[in-house]
Amino acid sequence: MSKLFSKSLSGVKVPHSKNTADMETVLMPVPDKVVIPMKQHMGRECVPTVKLTDLVKVGQVIGDTDAFIGAPIHSSVSGKVTKIDDIIGTDGSSMKAVVIETDKLQEVDESVKAPEVTDLRSFADAIRRSGLVGLGGAGFPTHVKLVPQNLDEVTTLLVNGAECEPYITADNRAMLEDTDSIVEGIKLVMQYMNLSTAIIGIEDNKPQAIQKLQSAVSGMEGVSVKALQAQYPQGGEKVLIFECTGKVVPEGKLPSDVGCVVMNVSTIAFIAKYMRTGMPLVSKRVTVDGDAVAEPKNVEVAIGTAFGDVLDFCGGFKTEPKKVIMGGPMMGFAVPSLDMPVMKNNNAILAFSAEKAAEAEKPESPCIRCARCVNACPFDLMPAAIEKAYKAGNIDGLKALKVNLCMECGCCSYVCPAKRNLVTVNRLAKQLIK
Amino acid sequence: MSTIANKLTVAPSPHIKDKASTSSLMLSVVIALLPAAIASVVIFGISSLVLIATCVISCVLSEYLFNMLCKKPQTVGDLSAVVTGVLLAFNLPSTFPIWMAVVGSVAAIVVVKGLFGGIGQNFANPAIAGRIILLISFAGPMTEFMVPRKIMGGYELVSGATPLAMNASGEVVGIPSYMDMFLGMRGGSLGETCIAALLLGGIFLIVRKVISPIIPVSYLATVAVFALLVGEDPIFHLLAGGVVLGAFFMATDYVTSPVTDKGKLIFGIGCGLITMLIRVFGSYPEGTSFAILLMNIITPHIDNLTKSVPFGGVTK
Repeated sequence: MSKLFSKSLSGVKVPHSKNTADMETVLMPVPDKVVIPMKQHMGRECVPTVKLTDLVKVGQVIGDTDAFIGAPIHSSVSGKVTKIDDIIGTDGSSMKAVVIETDKLQEVDESVKAPEVTDLRSFADAIRRSGLVGLGGAGFPTHVKLVPQNLDEVTTLLVNGAECEPYITADNRAMLEDTDSIVEGIKLVMQYMNLSTAIIGIEDNKPQAIQKLQSAVSGMEGVSVKALQAQYPQGGEKVLIFECTGKVVPEGKLPSDVGCVVMNVSTIAFIAKYMRTGMPLVSKRVTVDGDAVAEPKNVEVAIGTAFGDVLDFCGGFKTEPKKVIMGGPMMGFAVPSLDMPVMKNNNAILAFSAEKAAEAEKPESPCIRCARCVNACPFDLMPAAIEKAYKAGNIDGLKALKVNLCMECGCCSYVCPAKRNLVTVNRLAKQLIK
Repeated sequence: MSTIANKLTVAPSPHIKDKASTSSLMLSVVIALLPAAIASVVIFGISSLVLIATCVISCVLSEYLFNMLCKKPQTVGDLSAVVTGVLLAFNLPSTFPIWMAVVGSVAAIVVVKGLFGGIGQNFANPAIAGRIILLISFAGPMTEFMVPRKIMGGYELVSGATPLAMNASGEVVGIPSYMDMFLGMRGGSLGETCIAALLLGGIFLIVRKVISPIIPVSYLATVAVFALLVGEDPIFHLLAGGVVLGAFFMATDYVTSPVTDKGKLIFGIGCGLITMLIRVFGSYPEGTSFAILLMNIITPHIDNLTKSVPFGGVTK
């Protein structure tokens, strides 16, 4: 019924499980060793700029790339480079990582000082040097977003505070704890990109954050807070743009083509902090939760800290974990090992018991055409039909069904009563028609 | 930590899933059919219960044996055969011979569902097709109805015609009141007469989001509007036949109805039109099952014509 009458996009009502929403962020001491991957963003992998036995300090560049879509990587600790290793990333591909044994002194590198910025060009350069990438999860280098080709047509900054993934409360904490930095960051981006409007979109299951930001931006011209219905995936870029501005990003186009630039609240807050201190992106606020975790927390951790160390800091395990997830339960990656390091775009570590993990591992049964996937898809795709076309190897059919538009939010798999892995097929189908 | 690492599951997202499963949805349908089942036993007596049990047992058993003989994975646990059994029984007169009910059940499950590939693959609703097979094979027993007739201190069952048959043959005397028809005190198949119980079950399914209201609402609205246009009594046409049972429980069968909302609307209107065309102009007094069967058959075409338009999609 919803699709005939509703103006909003579809989605699913997932359990919020925001158990850590009221838990203030605690700073985790640096571990004995960090493993810092050379690819923590979309774009080109960085090349290590340090060698074995080099001594490094906090904020020192240890990896960089010439590519425009890419961002440098900094040491999150002071200590000695003990290894340049090959590790397996969340996408299964191998990449270089710099292993640093920490001296616990956390000496700050001389290069760390507040950048001097005069115009958009120098602002974007500074942001690139900060190593900032989208902190909401996608990890797209932020400086690229600051200089769209049609800059004159971009009018609106959308600040993504939806945080629609269950469990994760890191952005909620950012909105409550870093309110001033968010406001300052919005001002900076609006000033240098010459934008007239900023809308902060927040799901209405975070009333405190909405209230706090509303009072913080009152009186600021062009800046407003938009309370969004709590429905996954409100934080999807195209979904947020539609719900906040009513604009539809056409196939193959970017947010800037409809006059928008979208940034996560934590990304925005970091911009302001970096402009004040010059400290690059070396730590990250992550939500640690899940039914296997003894003491769920919001933790600020040094990038490169192993999941196992973070989980130990949270009291270890209450029950034996069966699945450990980097990110949220809807779009996050299940990691093969607790050696996986925390990365820039990592906003949660969830550990599920065998019982909880089993919920998503029921055997597939035949499709009964119930249309739940069709009704749940925010982009009005037809996942069951896509699955049929994919199994038949029907490439023209897949193109006609527009599987390329799928953002892989997982609503279809979530609602399927036959427990079919629809979003996985969508991913495969997208690769097939490339 | 290393012992744990060896036991971690790596699987693609999402890592949480909705609790609804095929069997839980089917169980909801069975629960929704209970009020009408109880009403049928109250109105037509214990023979209703015997028929419902016969159909359910023969449907489940035929699916079990068919899967076993064909070496297919066992699917009786999804409860869809139970739904088919109850619905088929609901479409039979209370006096219907048991062995014929068994024949209908086997035909519905083996011929209509199993041979086409089992759950999800059947082109027609098995219960509807089963009913039509029985109607054509055993026209006599399928149209011998019992009618509850009020007597002192209660009522008795006598053979008689359904209100639709009376209407078709021009008999005006003896057509029950709206209230009697709403409560099910009239001649007809087991499960179709008690509109109150059917509505209760139908609303339960809509509230629980097991079915979308589009098909039942558009189906019943089309019946009412059509009746008005040809000068018949719309309330009579809604209450008299099997259209309420059909609209809520048979036309909404997932497998054999369209997927998109627009498709469902076309499907519901189509069912209503065909039902009324048969009732008003055809030689059968009732057209619900034929209407649903015909719309089942064109469902793939409706699906093709009503594909959803992807958000932001650009046609080249």
